[in-house]
Amino acid sequence: MNAVLVGATKGMGRALARRMAVRGDRVFLLGRDLLDLARSAADLELRGTGAPVGFAHLDLEQPEGFASALDQAEVALGGFDTVVVSAGVFAPQEVLEKDPALLATLLSVDFTNTVLLCEETRRRLLARGGGTLCVFSSVAGDRARKPVILYGAAKAGLSHYLEGIDHKYRNAGLRSITIKPGFVRTSMTAGLSPPPFAGEPDAVAASVLRGLDRGRPIVYVPGIWRLILGVIRWLPRRVMRRIGF
Amino acid sequence: MSSLSGWGRYPRIRGVERLSEDLESITAGATLTRGLGRSYGDSSLPPEGGRAVAGSRLADRLLAFDAETGILRAEAGLSLRALNEVFLARGFSAPVVPGTQFVTLGGMVASDVHGKNHHVAGCIGEYVRSLRMRVPDGRILDVTDEGERDLFRATLGGMGLTGHILEVELALERIPSPWIWQETEPVPNLDVLVDVLRAAGRDWPFTASWADCAKSGPTLGRGFVTRGRWATPDEARREAPRMRERLAVPFTMPDALICRPTVRIFNSLWHRLHARPTSGLAHPQPFFYPLDGIAEWNRLYGPSGFSQYQCVLPLEDDGRAYRRLFDVFVRHCGASPVTVIKDCGAEGRGMLSFPKPGISIALDVPRRGARTQALVDRMNEIVIEAGGRVYLTKDALTRREHFLAMEPRFAAWNEIRRKWDPDGVLRSAQSVRLFGDAP
Repeated sequence: MNAVLVGATKGMGRALARRMAVRGDRVFLLGRDLLDLARSAADLELRGTGAPVGFAHLDLEQPEGFASALDQAEVALGGFDTVVVSAGVFAPQEVLEKDPALLATLLSVDFTNTVLLCEETRRRLLARGGGTLCVFSSVAGDRARKPVILYGAAKAGLSHYLEGIDHKYRNAGLRSITIKPGFVRTSMTAGLSPPPFAGEPDAVAASVLRGLDRGRPIVYVPGIWRLILGVIRWLPRRVMRRIGF
Repeated sequence: MSSLSGWGRYPRIRGVERLSEDLESITAGATLTRGLGRSYGDSSLPPEGGRAVAGSRLADRLLAFDAETGILRAEAGLSLRALNEVFLARGFSAPVVPGTQFVTLGGMVASDVHGKNHHVAGCIGEYVRSLRMRVPDGRILDVTDEGERDLFRATLGGMGLTGHILEVELALERIPSPWIWQETEPVPNLDVLVDVLRAAGRDWPFTASWADCAKSGPTLGRGFVTRGRWATPDEARREAPRMRERLAVPFTMPDALICRPTVRIFNSLWHRLHARPTSGLAHPQPFFYPLDGIAEWNRLYGPSGFSQYQCVLPLEDDGRAYRRLFDVFVRHCGASPVTVIKDCGAEGRGMLSFPKPGISIALDVPRRGARTQALVDRMNEIVIEAGGRVYLTKDALTRREHFLAMEPRFAAWNEIRRKWDPDGVLRSAQSVRLFGDAP
């Protein structure tokens, strides 16, 4: 596949990009820091089959740059059929409650601007007859929970949007894939104490890639979180009010 | 705040491990950098007091590779396992590998690791071309043997105390195939073992041996010698060796699991399994990293943890010292399921590196409080008398006075360290215990 990756310099995105490069997918990186992107591009070229890996600037806080970033990716790849968005902002609930500026950034990056980027991508993929749009949402968007209310609200909106375009455009050839990570040990979650069933980025990347190949609309990673959330979604409010999870 | 420990799970120290892909940012103001935490004792731990150490393992990108010269540049958190995965199939190997591949490049440099080829190849530091470091005053420098020789040589084997290693440039070795041609030869006792081991080193690039030290008497040190080399393309299999899926020890076993009777049974079985000479093609993973097949094997040692005692003894006194060492070990109810004996070659560039010509002995020591301390003290006295030294990467229990008696090189190394770090910014729990750093 010819894939544009947003957020591939870190965490799960980095692990996924490596797996894609190793098996011979062409990838193009978008991100904020050009020096950092250059280093990741070198890493992917060396680990992969040797195909050159290009990169360009994209900042999820600046939607006005989305179109030109995707233009550059299209030129470099000669057209793309897949876009993966794993970038996002995270902060613990207590921090967000005290920091409205950070909260505004998080809400606009994780919801508004990610959706704007997806819309730009959707139009381009549909224009070329379809493709795959794979976006990292979160299990935090499945049910409102005390430790992830604000982050979860943004991710709930994102999941909702991704489900909607799957309903509407799958028959037109656009596959929308929502990745719902549970707790994964990355730099984003460093400093939080991991619950049982915490995942590792590389194992997560393997599952994501399988889901991507098969066009699964929703992929929970690690898979056990599908069960966990299956239970949590059915818990009555009076229980949710009492527990801290 | 959480509890940090090395592979031996003793000691445990309250501290914070900062983790990020951006190693430059997290090393600013950090007390120490640690990699995958595979050193056994306290060398990767901050001093008590809840300080922050930088964790390098997410900074794991390959940056440049020249297939003509084999020179690789990578971020310091790159694991040896990842390096093997990428380069073995392409005809390159790290020139020196330790007994596990779950180590980082930065950690390999900080420990100046040695391996089965030490008798001919020396330590990893011989192949390091350049280091990008955050030195204690906060600057970021490229350090080479030509540029900043004192800092470079103090950093090889310097236990991460001379600065934070951010990037490593290393010359890889070109290999004829990624497979190994291996032979094993059983030996009846310690003296024969050492003779066979040293003889093997004359013709073979990789040698090591395993000895049964649970039994005293004439069969003390029975075991086998392994020798190997990279297989030729004709001998090798067509396909590249796949790194194998791993079994895991699912939870911490009781302390009592590893005691003398169980070790005796294990060692007897192990001995019987290797009772005949063998030769043939071998997978590089079990050859170089036999214990990597079992994830979290340190849980076998129970909640009290364990220590590994590794020392090198010069052979000038005709090997009496190692027999004394084993006598003491057996008399103190020591029971080590894995006793690895390896001959070492010449010292290298690293000012504080472990190996020196002689015989290196590595024993696993379950931690049993004062008894274990007494055993280590007694073994250290023998090592001092013989003119040997212990491996800091394994050590958790050596006393400062014993360390200083073993290490006439310490003063010169510490002088360079103080030149670069006059305020003592970089410290570890080990440097407080052994080097007299402020806690």
